[in-house]
Amino acid sequence: MSLDNATVAKIARLARLRIDEAALAPMAKELNGILDFVAQLEQVDVTGVAPMTSTVAMKLRWRADEVTDGGNAEKVTQNAPNAESGFFTVPKVIE
Amino acid sequence: MDGFTIAGARDRLTKGDLSARELTQTAIKAMEAARPLNAMITETADKALDMADAADARRKSGEAGLLNGIPLAIKDLFCTEGVLTTAASHILDGFHPPYESTVTANLWKAGAVMLGKANLDEFAMGSSNETSFYGPVKSPWRRRDDNAGLVPGGSSGGSAAAVASGFALGATGTDTGGSIRQPAGFTGIVGIKPTYGRCSRWGIVAFASSLDQAGPMTRTVRDAAIMLRAMAGFDAKDSTSVEAPVPDYEAALGQSLKGLRIGIPKEYRVDNMPAEIETLWQQGIAWLRDAGAEIVDITLPHTKYALPTYYIVAPAEASSNLARYDGVRFGLRVPGKDLTDTYERTRAEGFGAEVRRRIMVGTYVLSAGYYDAYYLKAQKVRTLILRDFEEAFGKVDAILTPTAPSTAFAVGAKTNDPVEMYLNDVFTVPVNLAGLPGMSVPAGLGSDGLPLGLQLIGKAFDESTLFRVGEAIERAANFTARPEKWWEAAR
Repeated sequence: MSLDNATVAKIARLARLRIDEAALAPMAKELNGILDFVAQLEQVDVTGVAPMTSTVAMKLRWRADEVTDGGNAEKVTQNAPNAESGFFTVPKVIE
Repeated sequence: MDGFTIAGARDRLTKGDLSARELTQTAIKAMEAARPLNAMITETADKALDMADAADARRKSGEAGLLNGIPLAIKDLFCTEGVLTTAASHILDGFHPPYESTVTANLWKAGAVMLGKANLDEFAMGSSNETSFYGPVKSPWRRRDDNAGLVPGGSSGGSAAAVASGFALGATGTDTGGSIRQPAGFTGIVGIKPTYGRCSRWGIVAFASSLDQAGPMTRTVRDAAIMLRAMAGFDAKDSTSVEAPVPDYEAALGQSLKGLRIGIPKEYRVDNMPAEIETLWQQGIAWLRDAGAEIVDITLPHTKYALPTYYIVAPAEASSNLARYDGVRFGLRVPGKDLTDTYERTRAEGFGAEVRRRIMVGTYVLSAGYYDAYYLKAQKVRTLILRDFEEAFGKVDAILTPTAPSTAFAVGAKTNDPVEMYLNDVFTVPVNLAGLPGMSVPAGLGSDGLPLGLQLIGKAFDESTLFRVGEAIERAANFTARPEKWWEAAR
């Protein structure tokens, strides 16, 4: 399986990574190198094998569904590149 | 700082012939002298002195904890309240967490002193500490008769350099595929990745959540035992934290190895592996046999599939974890013509080449139509890798292997071929995939004069056996080599 430039552009779009036209071919080459490497897994017979969900057998804990935190808008937004009155701001998304 | 270990400093601090302030002042001076190594992204000298004074006050009032007054470097992947936390990425520019990671909070509760935040590969993705936005870390070690700059290994390269050069008595690391053990091996120090679930992941910048574990990097096995005890413990804030008591690991030290069975897996060899690594491994086997252990040949047949499995699972989880860096909530924002363009520009500029590459691989293997062929298949192979270990641990108590297939390499030597770089982790990655504890212990020098480590792999939650066997190797190897302090002249 080999990725072409169009597929690389599509993956970049899904990953929200801007990629210049000129960078597509080199990125395709790198990704194909990695995909060729992982293709070794095709040799492994996994018939009847369950996919791993946890290395250590453990039951997920339950907790009460209740409010334990809140009222920290200022703390939550203090690292935002652009915040106003306790809100995150983004470019306009509705026309 | 050279003569100090955590255990040695603890004894002198307890006796009172050394204060935490004096020790910390010496450490800060050594840290400043070691700046040519680029081991630290942020130095926190003032905070360190405040913490040292508080430690001295606690000592006076009889409230000294396990690490009271011990100066440590903290990998800059741990969120530290009010102190810049970068993950060595441009995308976290200016991020000052309003909270403290559980592991660092545990260390401060035990009385430790923070010297600063250590350099690393960006988002812990790398094996040489060359992908950091803040520049590569230089190893304190150099080849015999050769001044070429070497890598300290990665991703915990700054932590390794901080301990190996001598200014920090210990450092925190994180290990997703070998990021504690490989740099520990490259720099002649001890590093342990505990069992998955032993140390809380809460407040550690996430890379691959099913593989990430924090652990200590120190000069001696005893120091690692002391530091891990302080770091570990159940935390309700991490859903995969394990509710099990943390033993006094130091108590395991010094016990005889009589009756212990040590497994030697025949698959832990790669093409073109230097003969001296095989020789060191055989030496390690002889040491353990002399110490009373029984040596058992074992097989871990799926070992060769661990790296390809890892390079599906880790990028997949990373692509999901790193989706949060959107230029809206923290760090860098590069304005675009609309919201999507803002996301795309911010992420393209904020992430370095290796991180972008892994996000792309991860996005692809999780995308519609490919999930079963890649991700699901990899998770099934992962089950087989764990099963190999479970079968082996029916016959043995611990496993001995080399830590890495080479000594440290030159800065820039492996940056052109990602897959070649990945091969560094061939012996460490299976341990993460199976969630087991693994420790690297310095065992000797290669013909080039650089340190070589041996790796011990244990049963889940049986770190105590690793400390017990690791100390036997440490004692037999009598590894006393230290790097020459060329960086002091380099200033």
